[in-house]
Amino acid sequence: MEKIVYEQLQEQLYYEKMPNGLDVYILPKKSFNKTYATFTTKYGSVDNQFVPLGTTEMKRVPDGIAHFLEHKLFEKEDGDVFQQFSKQGASANAFTSFTRTAYLFSSTANVEKNLETLMDFVQTPYFSEQTVEKEKGIIGQEIRMYDDNPDWRVYFGLIESMYQQHPVKIDIAGTVESIADITKDLLYECYGTFYHPSNMLLFIAGPVDEKAMMEQIRRNQAKKSFPKASEIQRFHYQEPEEVAKEKHVLPMHVQTSKCLVGIKAKAVKQKGKEKLKHELAMNVLLDYLFGKSSQHYERLYQQGLIDETFAYDYTEEEQFGFAVIGGDTNDPEKLATEIKQVILTFQDSPLAQEDLERVKKKKIGAFLRSLNSPEYIANQFTRYAFHEMSLFEVVPVLESLTIHDIMKVANECFHQKQLAVCQVVPKE
Amino acid sequence: MIRENTITTQGFRTHFVQTDKYKTSTLVWKMKAPLSKETVTLRALLPYVLQSGTKTHPSMKTLRTYLDELYGAMLNVDLTKKGEFHIITIRLDVANEKFLKDASPLLNKAIQLLSEIILHPALENGRFVSQIVEQEKRALKQRIQSAYDDKMRYANLRLVEEMCKNEPYALPSHGQLEDVEAITPDTLFTYYKKALQEDEVDLYIIGDIEETSALEAVQQHLQLPGQLPRTAEKPHVEPKKVANVHEVVEKQDIKQGKLNIGYRTQITYDDDDYYALQVFNGIFGGFSHSKLFINVREKASLAYYAASRLESHKGLLMVMSGIEPANYEKAMQIIHEQMNAMKQGEFSDNEIEQTKAVIRNQLLETLDTPRGMVEVLYHNVVSERKRPIDEWLSGTEKVQREDIVRVANQIELDTIYFLTGMEGEK
Repeated sequence: MEKIVYEQLQEQLYYEKMPNGLDVYILPKKSFNKTYATFTTKYGSVDNQFVPLGTTEMKRVPDGIAHFLEHKLFEKEDGDVFQQFSKQGASANAFTSFTRTAYLFSSTANVEKNLETLMDFVQTPYFSEQTVEKEKGIIGQEIRMYDDNPDWRVYFGLIESMYQQHPVKIDIAGTVESIADITKDLLYECYGTFYHPSNMLLFIAGPVDEKAMMEQIRRNQAKKSFPKASEIQRFHYQEPEEVAKEKHVLPMHVQTSKCLVGIKAKAVKQKGKEKLKHELAMNVLLDYLFGKSSQHYERLYQQGLIDETFAYDYTEEEQFGFAVIGGDTNDPEKLATEIKQVILTFQDSPLAQEDLERVKKKKIGAFLRSLNSPEYIANQFTRYAFHEMSLFEVVPVLESLTIHDIMKVANECFHQKQLAVCQVVPKE
Repeated sequence: MIRENTITTQGFRTHFVQTDKYKTSTLVWKMKAPLSKETVTLRALLPYVLQSGTKTHPSMKTLRTYLDELYGAMLNVDLTKKGEFHIITIRLDVANEKFLKDASPLLNKAIQLLSEIILHPALENGRFVSQIVEQEKRALKQRIQSAYDDKMRYANLRLVEEMCKNEPYALPSHGQLEDVEAITPDTLFTYYKKALQEDEVDLYIIGDIEETSALEAVQQHLQLPGQLPRTAEKPHVEPKKVANVHEVVEKQDIKQGKLNIGYRTQITYDDDDYYALQVFNGIFGGFSHSKLFINVREKASLAYYAASRLESHKGLLMVMSGIEPANYEKAMQIIHEQMNAMKQGEFSDNEIEQTKAVIRNQLLETLDTPRGMVEVLYHNVVSERKRPIDEWLSGTEKVQREDIVRVANQIELDTIYFLTGMEGEK
């Protein structure tokens, strides 16, 4: 067991790789009541073409299957795992993103038992035709719920406009039609390929004894047998730099319009510190341009084009990266033009050192605040680790950012052909 | 479990909670007044105007720039209802400098800034700046409208509106659209002065703090008129007896029907049966092991969400579920069956134990976030009944099967609200 100390943050992290390849991290948080654990596989909605374990051919699976699998893993021959967790006083959940599926619990008692339940239910799949069929009704309603949600629609509408090929443009839950094709055999195939321990990470934060807990995990993993790990072959999509569609308008039953502008980044192939730097530079840049203390925010707010829903965010994974900027507005046309203008004219007026320092300070404080949350730490640590980065390096990397780093990402991404717009407008 | 130290400062109460859990320190300022039609929209606007500029930092840009310089101090405001009270909350969260290389103290600066925001707003001609007020009126209108666009939220708001007609509780916490336009910098400023005079105010300070020096800063910078903390009077509302079940169907161009059902429990945070009601709700619909989740979702496959929750200070129980419009009758029948099962005592000892364990866990987890901690402690301000955390835990533990059944039989169905598609049969 390796111990990593972060002095400035006053955190200690323990790490061990299990013989079966599973990465385990424990972050003791003595003054908290709860323990929060996530068990995550590097498998999400974008992994829709791959070579299934033990075969040699690339295979396309139905859209939404990673998310469907996440739902079904909770059901076992002898009932529902939620029941088990709540008997042990825990609350359990799971989520599927573009690139990850995470199973989690939090509890203030019976932590050892709950951890055992978490590891065992994720590593013991049970799928039957009957339960797969029943789930289609439930997920069908989940899809409908999102269909009626204008924030979700405008967000996915934007991603759809940005991407021509890459499956990031497909809704994580799939469609009512695509999930109709899911069978128990397909679920087992995906499971076998992506839920190998060597493709997974277990993270625990809470008032725990790291030694005893690591020993428990070792024993649990030693009881189970897995086939020999092999490199997972995922399909690599060739995605052009240009957006698929410059503008997309969705009429819905709403009173207030929504407008988002997307910036499609070039596929970022870096790993480790380089990637962390790239990602943070983009975040700092967006904050500088659109943060509440920026001149543009003030101007757009005074013009009545934005309100407090205005936000921005940057998502970067292995094969794609994009920024999203916007919110509710009375004039979606004007707002789109203004945001694009800010992006495309940024390089005309240089960024001042003093502004950069201010944004960095803000980011450092915000990062400390997010460390108040074990949920944030576990989820983000896992995401970073899957890209060979460390969450706890964020502050030093932020401090090291230069104007040159910021200009570099702007040069890379701030071009007309990389911009797309999506709007939700009131239906006539 | 948590050590809350409450001190009477000038005109309000300051509550300190010392903990080393967090990397930031949190200030939460709460102003409480009776919910009323005359003031609800003024109050909904007020904190947004206050956070738009102060005497020293007169615009949003200068104020936000100062927040950035305080290592990204986070300022936000919101409005909530607790029973028939309307509560304004202003939060300021600031990094603890011991985790920073540059270790100049930030908490005292934050207290000073909070006092600026509350006591020294940006003014022109002795009242609020009209440009700020107009800007925030527009934002408020948009905020009110946006509730219509989030259909889950809209259905919930509409249910409360229908169910509590003629009670102050029907008023939405973010105000009423038709009352926004008439507000002027003058009327808002007059109301602001009045609120500072009359509201019941509590300040929470949470983090790894030096209590003595923080208290000094509070005493130096934050002074309200009058010495002692005021008490906001609770509006008297006759308990409503349900004569007939009220049914409302509304149609919009949407794909999923939103079924929201309101019940009267006649039990609030003040009552002895409050813990039993909590356990009732946990077995009935509060969690993913509850009857609603199991029967509406897992067994009948009718919904993705099917749950219930309590409005603790008003004594309401609300059920919500998203269903295919054509499945209305089926879903209603299953929900009625679950309620009847509760009334008949058809639940196992296992379900009781499971629910108690999850409630205990939920409470302890809530105390792990600064925001959650304040919300738990603030119940004791809103209610006349004081419940320390330990009592909360032991009270839940002591609940017996008979208590749950007794509570269940007191619960009356009041209103069924269904938001459905244009094509929907019902």
